[in-house]
Amino acid sequence: MSLQQEINPNVRNMKNLGYAILASRASQIKEELRQGARKPYKEVIDVSFGDPHSAGVKPLSFVRQVLAACIYPQLVNRDTLPVDVRQRAQKLLGRCAGGGVGTYTNTAGIPEIVQGISEFITRRDGGTPSYPENIYISAGSQWALSNIVSVLVNSQGSPRSGVLTPVPGYFLTNMAMTGLGAAVVPYYLSEEQGWELQVEKLHQALESAKGVCDPVALYVINPGNPGGHVQSRKSMQEVIQFVSEKRLFLLADEVYQDCVYGEKSEFVSYKRVLAEMGPPLSDTVELASFHSASKGFTGECGLRGGYVELVNLDPDVLKYIYKLFSKDSCAPVLGQIALDLMLNPPQPGDPSYPLYEVETQNIRTTLMHNVKRAFEVLNSLPGISCQPVDGGAFIFPRLHLPPKAIQKAKEVGMQPDTFYCMRLLEDAGVFTTPGCHYGQEEGTYHIRCVIMSSMENMEELLRRLTHFQTQFMKDFA
Amino acid sequence: MHRLKHLVHRSRHVPLRTTSLSSYLWQHARFKTQGPNVTEQYGLKRFSTAEATVETRDPARMREKTLTMATLNPQVKAVEYAVRGPIVIKAGDIERRLQQGVKQPFTEVIKANIGDAHAMGQQPITFVRQVVALCCFPELMDSPAFPDDAKQRARRILQDCGGHSLGSYSASQGVECVRQDIADYITQRDQGVPSDWNNIYLTTGASDGIMSILKLLVSGQGHSRTGVMIPIPQYPLYSATISELEAVPIHYYLDEANCWALDIEELQRAYLTAKQHCQPRVLCIINPGNPTGQVQSKKCIEEVLHFAYEENLFVMADEVYQDNVYSSDCHFHSFKKVLYEMGPEYFNNVELASFHSTSKGYTGECGFRGGYMEVLNMDPQVNAQLVKLLSVRLCPPVSGQAAMDVIVNPPKAHEPSYAQFTKEKSSVLDALAHKAKLTEEILNSVPGIKCNPVQGAMYAFPQIFIPPRAIQEAQSLSMAPDMLYCLKLLEETGICVVPGSGFGQREGTYHFRMTILPSPEKLKVLLEKVKEFHLRFLEEYSQQEPQITGISQEQHREMSKQPD
Repeated sequence: MSLQQEINPNVRNMKNLGYAILASRASQIKEELRQGARKPYKEVIDVSFGDPHSAGVKPLSFVRQVLAACIYPQLVNRDTLPVDVRQRAQKLLGRCAGGGVGTYTNTAGIPEIVQGISEFITRRDGGTPSYPENIYISAGSQWALSNIVSVLVNSQGSPRSGVLTPVPGYFLTNMAMTGLGAAVVPYYLSEEQGWELQVEKLHQALESAKGVCDPVALYVINPGNPGGHVQSRKSMQEVIQFVSEKRLFLLADEVYQDCVYGEKSEFVSYKRVLAEMGPPLSDTVELASFHSASKGFTGECGLRGGYVELVNLDPDVLKYIYKLFSKDSCAPVLGQIALDLMLNPPQPGDPSYPLYEVETQNIRTTLMHNVKRAFEVLNSLPGISCQPVDGGAFIFPRLHLPPKAIQKAKEVGMQPDTFYCMRLLEDAGVFTTPGCHYGQEEGTYHIRCVIMSSMENMEELLRRLTHFQTQFMKDFA
Repeated sequence: MHRLKHLVHRSRHVPLRTTSLSSYLWQHARFKTQGPNVTEQYGLKRFSTAEATVETRDPARMREKTLTMATLNPQVKAVEYAVRGPIVIKAGDIERRLQQGVKQPFTEVIKANIGDAHAMGQQPITFVRQVVALCCFPELMDSPAFPDDAKQRARRILQDCGGHSLGSYSASQGVECVRQDIADYITQRDQGVPSDWNNIYLTTGASDGIMSILKLLVSGQGHSRTGVMIPIPQYPLYSATISELEAVPIHYYLDEANCWALDIEELQRAYLTAKQHCQPRVLCIINPGNPTGQVQSKKCIEEVLHFAYEENLFVMADEVYQDNVYSSDCHFHSFKKVLYEMGPEYFNNVELASFHSTSKGYTGECGFRGGYMEVLNMDPQVNAQLVKLLSVRLCPPVSGQAAMDVIVNPPKAHEPSYAQFTKEKSSVLDALAHKAKLTEEILNSVPGIKCNPVQGAMYAFPQIFIPPRAIQEAQSLSMAPDMLYCLKLLEETGICVVPGSGFGQREGTYHFRMTILPSPEKLKVLLEKVKEFHLRFLEEYSQQEPQITGISQEQHREMSKQPD
């Protein structure tokens, strides 16, 4: 009898992240603080994930009230909750088989919610039609993304299938792709141009893939994570031309579509741009667009609700996509409901509207404030420079680390920016993630922190970071 | 029967449209001139978009698709998932037609295809819902309408959530206090056998855990490719995942003549045969059985564990029906407890993953997608790889984790909710036990149907006799005979069950799986209808002369005219 040590090579190939070390140290520190250890801070500020609630943003009352009434329908008949909340809950419950949230739903989700999503998309895209049958709700957008990638990747193919992915990009997506047997082909975003996507970089990436893998898809994140760039229409048109010429499937991660801050920036969906470009492109370019209840003002990460919309897919292939999603049974019903509430919020005249307006306005103001403040403060610090944040949930400043710090990191066997994050966590109780997780140009270093936090959190973070950075630069001068 | 041919023909088409944007615009314009259309309302039917696309497009300008049947991942192509397969899609179509007022020989579709208790009218357990509602909207903590024990649990869960909100991601393994509560529950369930909360992983339903462990363990090429031993009949999640991962399925047949018991000699036979062409590394057990409903004896579990120990197999124990045991002479024994009782040599060595879920038992909370697995004796480095794999999907739904917590930590005797909770729990389980018996009895009263006792779980898996002529007809339609049977049953009676071929069965035998979840009244009606149908079916296919095809073709045309 011996324990099994041989495992799936695709899983083994998934890049192991330093994140785990930081995360476990962060929870140790939290525990030490609970036990009364003396540190220069009373609590850890966790800005490591795009998780608004854990960074101090309050959930929207309307969303939680409707969910609570759906979970515990006795609340529908009591006047504790506003009448439109109760009506909405009743309507949603009526759409569940058996009249409650405890049942499985159709594979793609509750039909009326899927219909609502398609109506939202049509509205958002200025009338560009959206078909409910091309939408799948999943337990978060990452889950849907994995399913779509697994359809695209021919693991028996030689060479392996490849996916062009941005650098810096979202590391969990890259991990998922590796885990499914795909080769990740990096394309570099231009930091100097505010993390803009430049088509020549896509050509370069494709060139680099020659003889290594067979690229089948291009993955874009717009608004960007972690870079925060919001693509222009023109840039998206170029991307669409590119995927059409090179016969790539377009994977558009658009989960931050509600998070746009730049005065001149506007979110336009890939689907809309594609439709506007007209035939033959609009008839042929295959696109999967992802959205989620985890981001935006809703920020309900824990409920796990996301969706994918598929455009121009071969109907025969769609049949297999259905099977693949079937295996997961269905997305959590509460996550589905959260999506519905996010996309169809209270309207003027509804009893819940005033409070909803106040809450979302607060979040909007907070985010604008956070973005502005973080940009100002970070750029004023020695050894840090930061591109403007047009959108997304993060700020991704560059660290100009002194050679001594880089040397020290090498000695302790860490990536220089992981070393920095560890020190920042240890000395200042701020939990950020290092640029090496997301990918970056050789010899550059970054950290990522979420800006979807409360104002107090952000001010405290900037105060601690300022103090820490000044000291750090002194220590390693 | 030609109605069925029609079905088969249709099933090659996807019930989904192609998604060309401009062709839609074209159609949309057409709809406007023609007024509302049923198909538009539901948006689910193929209203000749393909043709429309061809008409309006210049073929020379068409860019070939990137993703076609030729380029699709071949492993994905191999995936079959009967529980949500063609028959279920068909049932949905019929249900919609009924709603539109299209006449059918029945007034409602009864979905006995899926283990979804609430959809069949079972009421949620109040305490579970109270705690999750409190977690979701903590302002309710001030409401006297909620009992203190529910509030206390909600507070405890929220304390361990980021920002004290269900809306934060948890660690990929799950919320810490929930993991601790699960470990305590297991210790108590197994009468003191220790459980370490570090071995507990919350999952998105049990399926997610099963798929993750399988994914982790599949490696090698050719003769060294991982073989996974699964029972036949099995729950199709296993076969589908094995196909997707391109692992080698190793079938061991359960003994139908002996109440679907697991026969250790059969296990050995399957193992030895498979060893010649793959590397068997995983042994999957479903106890209580799905779809077969048997409950394994302690002795049998010991034999299985001994076998796994000898052959170095990783044991996956699907124990989601652990609370669903109905026969008074059967008891649920967890694999872990039996392993412990076999002594430290076994307990410290056999790799075991046990799965549980919020969806089954007496709670039936399928929509929450809650579940957990306990993983024993996994190599620490492999364990790190498992954590990495789980982290890709961030975390299981936190609301499902909260529901799981209530299930493992129900009200205690001294707590205010105890009486109501106990009453609700036993009412669900007593009703299930009654329906298990009822189903077995009525099915066995039908000539040509034979049903083993439903000792546990939520399903009956009767063997059905299908006359040779029906088998021939099915073959001519390239359809499994029991698929033909189930399609006819659906079309004639509105009853939706899943053909045995979707679960696997001995060659030449035919079955279907039905749940025992409908209310006793509805279940009785359902079983009577099955009985009538079966007799009619036998009669129809025992006739000497085949039907004249001319008439059938006419019927076929008739069928085609019907809106769907």
